[in-house]
Amino acid sequence: MSEQVHPKRLYLINYLVLLALLALTVGMSYVDFGRGYNNTIAIGIGFIKAILIMLFFMHIWYEPSLMWVFAATGFFFLGIMLVLTMSDYLTRNHPPGMSPKGEPVFLTPDKPRNAIPYSFPK
Amino acid sequence: MTTVPYIPAPPREKTLDYLNHDYRLSSWLLTRDHKRIAILFMISITIMFFVGGIAATLIRLSLLSPDSWLLRSETYNKMFTIHGVIMVWFFLIPSVPNVLGNFFLPIMIGARDLAFPRLNLASWYLYMIGAVFTLMALILGGVDTGWTFYTPYSSSFSNTHVVMVVVGVFIAGFSTIMTAMNFIVTTHTMRCPGMTWFRLPLFVWGIYATSLIQILATPILAITLALLGVERIWRIGIFDPSVGGDPVLFQHMFWFYSHPAVYIMILPGMAVESELITCFSRKHPFGYVFIAFSSLAIAMLSFLVWAHHMFVAGMSIYAGMTFSLLSMMVAVPSAIKVFNWTATLYKGSVSLQTPMLYALGFIGLFTMGGLTGVMLATLAIDVHVHDTYFIIAHFHYIMVGGMVMAYLGGIHYWWPKMTGRMYNEWWGKLSAIIIFIGFNLTFFPQYILGYLGMPRRYHYYPPEFQFWNVLSSAGASILAVGYVLPLVYLLLSLRYGKRVGPNPWRATGLEWKTSSPPPEHNFEEIPVVTHEPYAYYLELPEMKEETQDE
Amino acid sequence: MSRPTYLQEQFEDMHQQTFTATLGMWAFLTTEVLFFGAIFVAYAVCRLRWQEEFRHGSADLQLWIGAINTAVLLTSSLFIALAVRSAKAGHRSMLVVNLIITLIFGLMFLGFKGYEYSVESDESLVPILNWSTIPPDEVGLPPSQQHPRPEQQKLFMSFYFFMTALHATHMIVGIGVISVLTTLSWRGRYTAEHHNPIEIGALYWHFVDIVWVFLFPALYLLRTG
Repeated sequence: MSEQVHPKRLYLINYLVLLALLALTVGMSYVDFGRGYNNTIAIGIGFIKAILIMLFFMHIWYEPSLMWVFAATGFFFLGIMLVLTMSDYLTRNHPPGMSPKGEPVFLTPDKPRNAIPYSFPK
Repeated sequence: MTTVPYIPAPPREKTLDYLNHDYRLSSWLLTRDHKRIAILFMISITIMFFVGGIAATLIRLSLLSPDSWLLRSETYNKMFTIHGVIMVWFFLIPSVPNVLGNFFLPIMIGARDLAFPRLNLASWYLYMIGAVFTLMALILGGVDTGWTFYTPYSSSFSNTHVVMVVVGVFIAGFSTIMTAMNFIVTTHTMRCPGMTWFRLPLFVWGIYATSLIQILATPILAITLALLGVERIWRIGIFDPSVGGDPVLFQHMFWFYSHPAVYIMILPGMAVESELITCFSRKHPFGYVFIAFSSLAIAMLSFLVWAHHMFVAGMSIYAGMTFSLLSMMVAVPSAIKVFNWTATLYKGSVSLQTPMLYALGFIGLFTMGGLTGVMLATLAIDVHVHDTYFIIAHFHYIMVGGMVMAYLGGIHYWWPKMTGRMYNEWWGKLSAIIIFIGFNLTFFPQYILGYLGMPRRYHYYPPEFQFWNVLSSAGASILAVGYVLPLVYLLLSLRYGKRVGPNPWRATGLEWKTSSPPPEHNFEEIPVVTHEPYAYYLELPEMKEETQDE
Repeated sequence: MSRPTYLQEQFEDMHQQTFTATLGMWAFLTTEVLFFGAIFVAYAVCRLRWQEEFRHGSADLQLWIGAINTAVLLTSSLFIALAVRSAKAGHRSMLVVNLIITLIFGLMFLGFKGYEYSVESDESLVPILNWSTIPPDEVGLPPSQQHPRPEQQKLFMSFYFFMTALHATHMIVGIGVISVLTTLSWRGRYTAEHHNPIEIGALYWHFVDIVWVFLFPALYLLRTG
């Protein structure tokens, strides 16, 4: 446990950086960077903000490495859940005989994979 | 040189231990002593085990005949649901961690108690509240969705008390999380001087890995059940295909918890197994580091494989292939453990006391269950046997043939330490053999039934399956006898059993250095550890001669 | 060696107690990451399937109230970090002042959130309670000039209410915790040697802030791309 008293400006500078990032993301929402990029960058900036809060407001920067592991583990496993779940949803919805990107594949099933044809309502 | 059953204790003065220092009810219900909380859990889960067992009895009885001669469809559905819910969340998950882990983790690491004793007590109370909700749902009419609560049936169509059971499981989930937090932090910060990570008993490694899974997976269950409750009450449409939701999303979220949960239901059994095999072969474990790290590997890999429960649920085939490959990988650390236990037996001085009978049964039955698991990871086979009795046989081999036998083995091994009394060895051995025979007779025919195509959760079936079903039910009756017997003779041992000294099995480990039963604060003074674990070689004659010269 | 009264009996010394308590709080926060994270995954999946509808739903939210709320929460985090600093330095009065300011900002967040919910209710955006496919300000117009809301926007609003209500519940618990800490600090219980409960309470508060830092872009900033 770090018992040292940090200078106030550590917290103030961290705070001002966080506010600046907030202003950046709000400002960006008025400009269209193209499909998918806006939100990706906004959430990416959210990650940076979260990391700054964790490092300096929550003092992880000054703690022993065991705390770093505890802090990071939750996000790591959440990442696994997100990536592998999306691996299902991102590779669905293509017609039989085609790959997810729409290119023909030589393995053409004779009949639909599911007994009940299921298409998403539009 | 074999494991002597017990060493008669010296004439007894009245010494204060954790059981007899205070007899008031409030000293039990408001205790912070991890040992008393372990006993409280032991009583609670035993009661829940028999409730779940009654449901299983009704299931096997009604399957004696191809038609529904005993139960209506709705009742049969409610029976297998409540059997699953109770056995998974109210028996298997808390069994070894909350009973044996609570009792022995602090003692094995040389601590006076867990890191957060009041959190430990809160964990028991939350377990009881969750159990009350679940039993209330049972009394009010039951739930018929299956323990997996698949949507959209559970969210949109079922007329049973889904929300009440879901609330009960939600609360019990927090009990699990609290225990896991306690164990992880305790293992990191409260080891006694000299107790480095690689001097820990393998039991501690196993419980630690289990706690890792519990702490990471159970919150997902909580939110999934919360979403299910919200969907059921307010019909928001997240799992309802008619308004654009996806029922498979529920399955993803549910199985992201429930697959690691099944590893919660076997890792502690493996932890106990390591202790039993080493003690009753009088030998250090083969590949200690491999066993320790394979516990962690199982914990990590278990999070990567959940969608192998969903191969035929309608998800993409590419995801299916990914999960199939990952599922094969997760079998590797379990196999490493089985090989290491077997190698520990080799050239060991094996004695067949009751705990060892359970341990040997574990190795064989867990291996069979695990191998069928690898078969199921193969997409082509799974398409054929998914939702048949093959799956039921597979997981019962692991959970009952593995975990329950390991739990009983652990109870028998540590019973003299927990209670200061030894049970009757003859009855112990008889029960172990009855359980082994009954178990195999119950569940092996189910592999055949599944292979032949009998679906699970069906209360009637084509008449050609009746022979195997009758065999299975006959085995279940034998298994039931095997489970009731320990209840009787263990309880009788409390009154009539021979008293034991600190180390009746002459085992290594810090828990055998303190008295039986242990004093309230575990140790008179905190031990200092200077040697490696499982130093059974010190009792070899060559070692004895050397020490006699000193 | 006399043991201080705030040293619990299972620990050998204060260093072990504070390290263990902090580690325990981080373990609890890990469970919270996965708790909230799971609902984010469900949201991501639904958003993947209904991209236009969710974008529409996000555009109908009150961006400025959300942005101000984010700033309010960041400020409360700043002040609780300063409170921890005051506790470490042993300045009791500054500790109490900083904690009270944190409480004020926390309550401000909840106030703005309540106001935002009332605005959404006025616009008939609340599923189950008063959802209306035609926005209220277009109700009297002829159908050709109406812009009906897509059906799955209801799903978006359900997610919005579920996630923000879950977050608000955690805020309320956090406010309760901070209130208790403020009272105890005012009574002089925390010194430079014994201030670990303040640190742990602050960790929880920062975590609630982090959840909002992710909620804001996920819900409000979806409107463009």
